[in-house]
Amino acid sequence: MAKTLFDKVWDQHVVKANDDGSVLLYIDRHLVHEVTSPQAFEGLRLAGRKPWRVSAAVATPDHNVPTIDRARGIEDPISRIQVEALAANCKEFGITEFGMDDIRQGVVHVVGPEQGLTLPGMTVVCGDSHTATHGAFGAIAMGIGTSEVEHVLATQCLIQKKPKVMRISVEGELPAGITGKDIVLYIIGKIGTAGGTGYAIEFAGSAIRALSMEGRMSVCNMAIEAGARCGMIAVDDVTLDYVKGRPFAPTGEQCGVAEAVWRELHSDSDAKFDHEIVLDAADIAPQVSWGTSPEMVLPVSASIPDTADARDATQKQGWSRALEYMGLEAGTAIEAIRVDKVFIGSCTNGRIEDFREAAKVATGYRMAASVKLTMVVPGSGLVKKQAEEEGLDRVFIAAGFEWREPGCSMCLAMNADRLESGERCASTSNRNFEGRQGAGGRTHLVSPAMAAAAAIKGHFVDVRNWKFR
Amino acid sequence: MQAFTTMKGLVAPLDRANVDTDAIIPKQFLKSIKRTGYGPFLFDEWRYEDVGQPEMDCTNRPLRSEFLLNQPRYQGATVLLARENFGCGSSREHAPWALLDYGFRCIIAPSFADIFYNNCFKNVILPIVLDGRIMDALFAECTATEGYSLGIDLQAQRVVTPSREGFSFDVDAFRKQCLLNGLDDIDLTLQESAVIQSYETRRKSEAPWLF
Ligand code: SF4
Repeated sequence: MAKTLFDKVWDQHVVKANDDGSVLLYIDRHLVHEVTSPQAFEGLRLAGRKPWRVSAAVATPDHNVPTIDRARGIEDPISRIQVEALAANCKEFGITEFGMDDIRQGVVHVVGPEQGLTLPGMTVVCGDSHTATHGAFGAIAMGIGTSEVEHVLATQCLIQKKPKVMRISVEGELPAGITGKDIVLYIIGKIGTAGGTGYAIEFAGSAIRALSMEGRMSVCNMAIEAGARCGMIAVDDVTLDYVKGRPFAPTGEQCGVAEAVWRELHSDSDAKFDHEIVLDAADIAPQVSWGTSPEMVLPVSASIPDTADARDATQKQGWSRALEYMGLEAGTAIEAIRVDKVFIGSCTNGRIEDFREAAKVATGYRMAASVKLTMVVPGSGLVKKQAEEEGLDRVFIAAGFEWREPGCSMCLAMNADRLESGERCASTSNRNFEGRQGAGGRTHLVSPAMAAAAAIKGHFVDVRNWKFR
Repeated sequence: MQAFTTMKGLVAPLDRANVDTDAIIPKQFLKSIKRTGYGPFLFDEWRYEDVGQPEMDCTNRPLRSEFLLNQPRYQGATVLLARENFGCGSSREHAPWALLDYGFRCIIAPSFADIFYNNCFKNVILPIVLDGRIMDALFAECTATEGYSLGIDLQAQRVVTPSREGFSFDVDAFRKQCLLNGLDDIDLTLQESAVIQSYETRRKSEAPWLF
């Protein structure tokens, strides 16, 4: 029978099917960070249990780590205890950890693929909703809660019900200046933040196939913002080229066998989906979110909507709260919105290609005097190193941006990097919730190029008209 | 694990859609390495005038009097009425921990975000999905009636109003059994150890690079 990509990977991981329709699903890779794991390790200890297969788990601290003055350690004692707890737990249970001084440290969803810890056809979990990122490799990658982190540590399995499968195809040639980030924001704007609830989403179509792995990861990363259990993309040459030679990828003879298996990881041509959406790439403009939910997003050429145009009472209420929180008025052109700070980084846009795009825009320019701070935060130590080898750091510094150490940073502001109340930020991260980047802070989600352009002009501009120097 | 069978409790109506986990428990509280103690910080930004910090004493913090949970009539609520897509956003289990620690044992909404929904069961909070129109009626009745309470019967899968009107709800059979009997799902899975091991043996020969 014809199978979807999701079905193929799922079926390979069913350890046991239960009578009630749930299955025991085997987990190949378990990524661990400091925020959602301490209670799980504590649970193991209290029950006297051992991890089922330590080699499946790899850990790195990312949420709490400082992005400057690493040598001084973590000043906030509560953050420090959490990062130390991760190191101690990994040591106690024998789990590989890329600690704060390791060049491989970084945002867990950047580190996984970079190290080849994420491979095509795997099941990947992490106590973090943006685990969806790894689906770009044709993997089933799901965010889980701490109880499930403990469950996976103890049993290497999860009890799961199979979700429905939706295919979102983006067809046609992507216009110049449009990135994976714009595609996924556009999709969320169309289907809403609950549009994918109960589904695994396969992103397909010629515009998706034309993306690099970095672009595909940005798309899958935000599948969770559409409410989906996971997002995934079929394996092709782009995937295989990316994986080849990574430290944890198969080598020698195994490499060829694996490749043959991985080449099967696509939906069969006559596979049936529970839901299908087809979008035209030509319709996608650079996106800017204006509200406090990722579905509140518009093309850069648009203006802030009027609550009178909301589709129902619930949306109207949501919009008016969002406008108030964001300090915006209906009818204001998005290009007229001025920003105080800019953040370029995160598991959505903290990879080498993202910094290349931002640097292209910043080359030969200076940050607007009205902008207080532009933080450029690489997703990992290795991304940082590569960017420096390519001279991207010098471009940013010459533009007046700050080039930082890797971590989650101002994506969620658990460390010292945050917005003050009322400050407005152009951010390449994935969430614009109230208070996400600091209590009272106002977030606009954009692509790296759009963020860099906003930093230079002091307000949003259409990067398609940028005069590159 | 504790069991959940039946309950009756005071209801608080949180009339907002897309309540995200950052709102339920802001990130600064995620630095704790414990499972308990989050109740005083539930909905911290909506509840207090100032910005909360982990481990602070909340007894004298200035309250936002208009916020639902600060109104005298909702003190002691154990059932939360919510709107669409409740619990969206991050996978943080700190969100159900905070709700539970505050005293909520049941959340009723027209829809929940997936990971949050799952996390509730792991913490003996029952998330119930009811149709939007029923939700509208419950919101209206609850707002109009001081001391409004609902009865929940998990075995019968029913929500019962003070006027004895009942609504049935769906719940996954496995999760229901775990809640009713207070079963620990890690124990249940470990009973399948032999099956997991034989799966691993087979996969090691098929796809050795995964091990
Ligand atoms: S970069 Fe942001 S979204 Fe990604 S894992 Fe870190 S905090 Fe979460």
